[in-house]
Amino acid sequence: MRVMVIVKASQESEAGQMPKHEELAAMGNYNEQLVKAGIMLAGEGLHPTVRGKRVRFSGKERTVIDGPFAETKELIAGFWLWQVKSMEEAVEWLKRAPFDGGAEVELRPVFDADDFGEALTPELREQEERLRAEGERRLKQG
Amino acid sequence: MSNERAARESIEAVWRIESARLIGGLVRLLGDVGAAEDLAQEALLVALEAWPRDGIPQNPGAWLMATAKNRAVDQIRRGRMLERKHGDLGRELDEERSAMATRIEASADDAVGDDLLRLILIACHPVLSTEARVALTLRLLGGLTTDEIARAFLVPEPTIAQRIVRAKRTLREARAPFEVPRGADLQARLSSVLEVIYLVYNEGYSATAGDDWMRPELCDEALRLGRILAELLPGEPEVHGLVALMEIQASRARARLGPSGAPILLLDQDRSRWDRLLIRRGLQALARAETLGRPLGPYAIQAAIAACHARAQTPAETDWPRIVALYDALVELTGSPVVELNRAVAVAMAFGPAAGLEMVDELADHPALERYHLLPSVRGDLLSKLGRGAEARREFERAAFLARNARERELLLERARTVERASPSATGDSDPR
Repeated sequence: MRVMVIVKASQESEAGQMPKHEELAAMGNYNEQLVKAGIMLAGEGLHPTVRGKRVRFSGKERTVIDGPFAETKELIAGFWLWQVKSMEEAVEWLKRAPFDGGAEVELRPVFDADDFGEALTPELREQEERLRAEGERRLKQG
Repeated sequence: MSNERAARESIEAVWRIESARLIGGLVRLLGDVGAAEDLAQEALLVALEAWPRDGIPQNPGAWLMATAKNRAVDQIRRGRMLERKHGDLGRELDEERSAMATRIEASADDAVGDDLLRLILIACHPVLSTEARVALTLRLLGGLTTDEIARAFLVPEPTIAQRIVRAKRTLREARAPFEVPRGADLQARLSSVLEVIYLVYNEGYSATAGDDWMRPELCDEALRLGRILAELLPGEPEVHGLVALMEIQASRARARLGPSGAPILLLDQDRSRWDRLLIRRGLQALARAETLGRPLGPYAIQAAIAACHARAQTPAETDWPRIVALYDALVELTGSPVVELNRAVAVAMAFGPAAGLEMVDELADHPALERYHLLPSVRGDLLSKLGRGAEARREFERAAFLARNARERELLLERARTVERASPSATGDSDPR
């Protein structure tokens, strides 16, 4: 199964403070362990929300909202995608991460197309996959 | 979920993370795979008792290792006491054991990478049968139980248990050296490891929908082993080649079976269902193999062929001339007539069915392909593209006759029925060439 590990923002990350040298080294070390264990599929860190945008949908109206956003603890600062056998395995790996200071990191199993069951008709499924492929292609070209 | 069950599942997860390193470290100390695994299992039993009560320790790997080492030292000391009582054992043996106990107590838990590599090489040792290598690798490196391995390979559990016991005994009797070999020796041992990993992968990949979940799980396990090996031996292009091949093949898993479980051929697959993350990872692994600047081996070349398909957004965009060139290299390396048949298909796609047919006909007399159903199947396909329907029908019928798989036979008979309808003009086909 794939699990997304969601690292929440902090006041420091939202203020755009770069991690200290030791913190970077510890995180680099941890990432290396994940790669060596063969479970790390992908991972990225995100800029603070001051550089982010939101789009609000209401009927046909689209409102663009510029960052920064409030509710710091609910914001996302980065993520990993792991390939593991169970949620328990993901938990055991996460426990080894060098976080501190009350940080809360969230683990969420990634949906498999099969998890949608009947609700996802073949036509919808096809459309969804096609859009996803298109998005990837744009990303690669951009 | 009850607390007890939750604790058990956490311990299983820790075991999955730690077991290979634990066993690898113990093999280094004891020089015996069987003894190392027994001790590791004993440490697990102690953990299953202690952890639900006291909680999982901060560093569970070190805890398990310390427990296993204590047990080892206890056993050695107990053995010495017994021997002293019997009185007639040589002083030499006694000293040897004492030294071992001291060494185990003092040993540091470093050199984890070497421990793992050593363990993989032992599990895939050439003195073992292929089946034994597969079972031992999944057991020692994957942390799978014998029951899980048995379900994955659709054999009774006692068969797997026996296979593993016998494999450990064979290793002991062969006194297989535990050092990691260098140079050409490492290459030879490595190819055995790659073979085992790819075999595990294919066992999972060839499973159809609705099978026991353990079978697709084998693909994940093989990929994980491949990724681990790629970090242990980053300078070996074939390791990255195999990883690339598996990642790209796995990217098509969602697209390769129809709703009823019938296989969908590569060119007919809905490419929007291919997993872009795995394709990207596969292309990266292939790039790693290529940048090492050594001639590509069979796995890397197969990965490069798979990459040509992965890069094409539609079947029409496929770079067939490049695929032909890659098959040329693969034929050169393997000399396999099956690879030559694949090359003929690529040639037909790149330069037209007549060119492909010519190559297939050259292979027709090859003894290894005499009863291979894909030869008449490919020939039938090319003949039908050339409008020679009646000949094509005969080839499809022959292919169906040779096919072992019921579903495949049905598909071929279906093609035999429809091919003549598709080209009713081609009746005067007296010349079989």
